[in-house]
Amino acid sequence: MCGIAGVVLLREALPPPRLEDVGAMIQALGHRGPDACGAYRDRRAALGHTRLSIVDLAGGQQPLANEDETLWIVFNGEIFNHLELRGELEALGHRFRTRSDTEVVVHAYEAWGDAAFARFNGQFAAALWDSTAETLVLARDAAGVCPLYLAEHEGRLWFASEVKALFAGAPGLSRALDPVGLAETFTFWTVVPPQAVFQAVTELEPGHVRRISRGLGTDRAFWTPRYPAGPGEGFQGSLDEAAERVGAALGEAVRRRVLQADVPVGSYLSGGLDSSLVAALGCQARGGRFRTYSIRFEEPEYDETRYQRAVVELIGSEHQELLVRREDIAEAFPAVVEHAERPLLRTAPAPLFLLSRLVRDSGVKAVLTGEGADEMFAGYDLFREAKVRRFWGRRPASALRLRLLERLYPYLARSPVAQRALAREFFGRDRERPHAPGFAHQTRWRPTAALQRLFSPDLRELARTAQVTARLLGTLPAEFGSWVPLAQDQYLEIRTLLAGYLLSSQGDRMLMAHAVEGRFPFLDPELVELANALPARYKLRALREKHVLKRAAASHLPPEIVRRTKQPYRAPDALSFVGPRAPAWVGELLGERAVARAGVFDPRAVARLWRKCRAGSAAAQLSHSDNMALVGVLSTALLHEQLVRRRPERRAAPELGTLVDRLGEWPGSEAPLQRRCGP
Amino acid sequence: MTVEQRLRQFVIENFYVSEPAELHDDTLLVSGGYVDSTGMLEVIGFLEQEFDVRIADQEMTPENLDSISRMAAFLARKRREAAAGGPTVAAAP
Repeated sequence: MCGIAGVVLLREALPPPRLEDVGAMIQALGHRGPDACGAYRDRRAALGHTRLSIVDLAGGQQPLANEDETLWIVFNGEIFNHLELRGELEALGHRFRTRSDTEVVVHAYEAWGDAAFARFNGQFAAALWDSTAETLVLARDAAGVCPLYLAEHEGRLWFASEVKALFAGAPGLSRALDPVGLAETFTFWTVVPPQAVFQAVTELEPGHVRRISRGLGTDRAFWTPRYPAGPGEGFQGSLDEAAERVGAALGEAVRRRVLQADVPVGSYLSGGLDSSLVAALGCQARGGRFRTYSIRFEEPEYDETRYQRAVVELIGSEHQELLVRREDIAEAFPAVVEHAERPLLRTAPAPLFLLSRLVRDSGVKAVLTGEGADEMFAGYDLFREAKVRRFWGRRPASALRLRLLERLYPYLARSPVAQRALAREFFGRDRERPHAPGFAHQTRWRPTAALQRLFSPDLRELARTAQVTARLLGTLPAEFGSWVPLAQDQYLEIRTLLAGYLLSSQGDRMLMAHAVEGRFPFLDPELVELANALPARYKLRALREKHVLKRAAASHLPPEIVRRTKQPYRAPDALSFVGPRAPAWVGELLGERAVARAGVFDPRAVARLWRKCRAGSAAAQLSHSDNMALVGVLSTALLHEQLVRRRPERRAAPELGTLVDRLGEWPGSEAPLQRRCGP
Repeated sequence: MTVEQRLRQFVIENFYVSEPAELHDDTLLVSGGYVDSTGMLEVIGFLEQEFDVRIADQEMTPENLDSISRMAAFLARKRREAAAGGPTVAAAP
């Protein structure tokens, strides 16, 4: 992956883009692409690129153009079917200068327009500038692996892979935090694109194209999740046939992601089903030396070392482990937030930030990860919980049905179902409306939204009126109600958490902080289409999650991995920031003056929270809400310090390997004539 | 300090209420978002320690615990039972 950035004029009478602005954006994205950088400019637009070289190491410098150099592109990501598309495009008469997949995107867009994006099997954020039609086209992959942010300022549209690049390019852009973005975060655990946490910024939605032509912008979805609307639709084969199809599709997805690279590709290995299967298939595809990477924890509640080592022994990978302690999390957390660019309610991204550094230090630039399997094959506890709650709701007096809840959270030290009568109250809400949109998720959203009582009075009022849950549920697709309950739950999980949190805060940002590309076989478009077409009972059978995937995995993994109870990836949260080894900045940021200055939280409420966490740490008596609250407050405070209050000194771009400056071609321009540097 | 006041102070301090005036004695703590399902463990621990009672599993209900006034009434009932010679220590579950 790489970093992309740029600007296009939205009004005629403005001066042309300045190279120094795009240079500053490139500089701000330097961690994403240390291998090369380049820029393009003309009278109305400028594009910038910073490169992580993975495919066509010699010839893939960007910006790239079509044959007559009327269409320019900066591209972040990978197209795994680019060789097939290249053949098709060559047959249509297109000529290629490089082996790069980016050049395929240019010609595919020429050939098929916006329809090209649905033909890509890949992960990408792309900006194409048609200098003849004076049209900018921005596109983002279906799952939302690659980020793309936008901001309008003084008659210009700025875009970039990260928000900090927007601020670097347009220093006058407001950096204020957005009440709706904060309310979404303190409800869904993240903002939901297009919402961002900064008032002036939006995020292009996954699977969308935005076309900006002569000042006007239009968005269009080229892909959205779809599920069978009735028993006659979707996959009609047997469970065995489904498992075979899933196994084959996943094998092909892994193969594409291991072999479509001119550098070694390794794999993360958590010890759970998904990453173990991906690592095993990756090792097979590689057919030789293959590297795997794992996180270990000192606390048994989080640690999965035993399972990781069992898989390593089976597949024979070259394995590296990283032991992450609480103090490591605390130390890394400021950098984690600076890269995530949003409040976090969990510390789980921090170990992944540290792991990507280990990967990079070992000389590997790309890793496979198992993310996406839980969304596509119904692996989350939330799906099981909703199934029990709906089942119980059909016969509310049944004590036996209620007791099924007790089987849901065996891995939690403080289980939310420990007190049966209280659990009945908590999980029984809405049971008369089991098919209402959001039924499954309200048990997560309500306790999280309750943390808004920490907000300052003004923000609390704004958050209340924003009604983010109603807003989200008001944007569901028309066919949502025709899907089975599990499909509805999967859709909402994907819509709220996949791109906004999982692929961003735990994925792209933590990986690209150290210039490592994540590759996500479970988000392969062909596998996703297949998974979505499967009957719900193939995914969640009774309370057995990912049933069809486990069947597909049985021939690749030992039974102890396939049959093990799912253990969600978690890391020590609030306890990382209290105790004698806690860094001094924690107390400083939670002090009354700092909290009041940021204006997000009520200093008295934060003082109470901080007091409780310090007292509670001695006996480890902190609830899930306390953990989320402290991490949420701390990360928001860090975000405010880093991206709102502090204005980093503007720095010029590193030396541009490619510069195409066409400003001089315009009559009357005082700018230098076109020059081209680099290869 | 009355029982209600002690309970109120505990909830404000431990569930970091920013506007104590908004917390009434009959405010529902779980559905009102002040206490989550695991936070109720803290409430139970506080009641047992502070008021020297044992709360049995079957007594851990919203009717007994989900507001300051319900908790106060529950504690008063436990004390009446104790004064009348009833069990002060509930049977183990």
